[in-house]
Amino acid sequence: MHLEDLLIKNTIRAKLPLHTRDEIIQKAGELLMEADAIEPRYIQAMKKVLDELGPYCVIAPGIALLHARPEDGVKRACLSLQTLQDPVNFGHSTNDPVDLVFTLGAKDKKGHIEALAELAGFLSEEKFLQTARSFENSLTLQKEIFEYITTRK
Amino acid sequence: MIIATLCGMGFGTSMMLKLFIDDILKVEGIKAETSPWDLGTFKGNKADIVVAPIDMEPHLRDYPAKIVLIKNLVDKAEIKEKILKAIRELS
Repeated sequence: MHLEDLLIKNTIRAKLPLHTRDEIIQKAGELLMEADAIEPRYIQAMKKVLDELGPYCVIAPGIALLHARPEDGVKRACLSLQTLQDPVNFGHSTNDPVDLVFTLGAKDKKGHIEALAELAGFLSEEKFLQTARSFENSLTLQKEIFEYITTRK
Repeated sequence: MIIATLCGMGFGTSMMLKLFIDDILKVEGIKAETSPWDLGTFKGNKADIVVAPIDMEPHLRDYPAKIVLIKNLVDKAEIKEKILKAIRELS
């Protein structure tokens, strides 16, 4: 499974006016629910994970990677992306505030690994981050992100 | 040498770290076993080096291994510098 198979195009949304961690998780979860990729309980599970494990999900400056466990209600392996209108603090020691939010649903511990490796590679490219952060319109962002990940391999 | 990468669940962040470290070790010609761990089970396992996101530091205070804390988990330069330093200090 490649990144373009894991990332659900319709869940990519640009510059959402969300102001708290919980609002962000809720919205990301709803988008994955609309795509029939997760069950509603996955949203609660993600909030619980953050409460229990702390803000380490902010994996790089401005970038959060949210997820819970496969058994928390994942219907199919999936990834969503939202950018935020205004950056939001998650309480991370060095990487706050967050303006790029990826939400992962894994079906098991292995199936998404290749796609995750591709994502990690893209996140280390300044040009990819610029692309993700520069568009105001969701449809444009969807198109640009998919163009980027399918042509830059 | 066993290098463990740690995150809350053992297949997201820790897997990303493992993949980056595997690449670094390959380029440097260093032989080591890398393994992604989760917070729930890692205390029963043994490793020479544990690599973790910086905000997991409180969970690792008493753990008997060399601890490497990473701020930016997609910054290959930071990961490379810190992991190679830890390996040098151990050998």
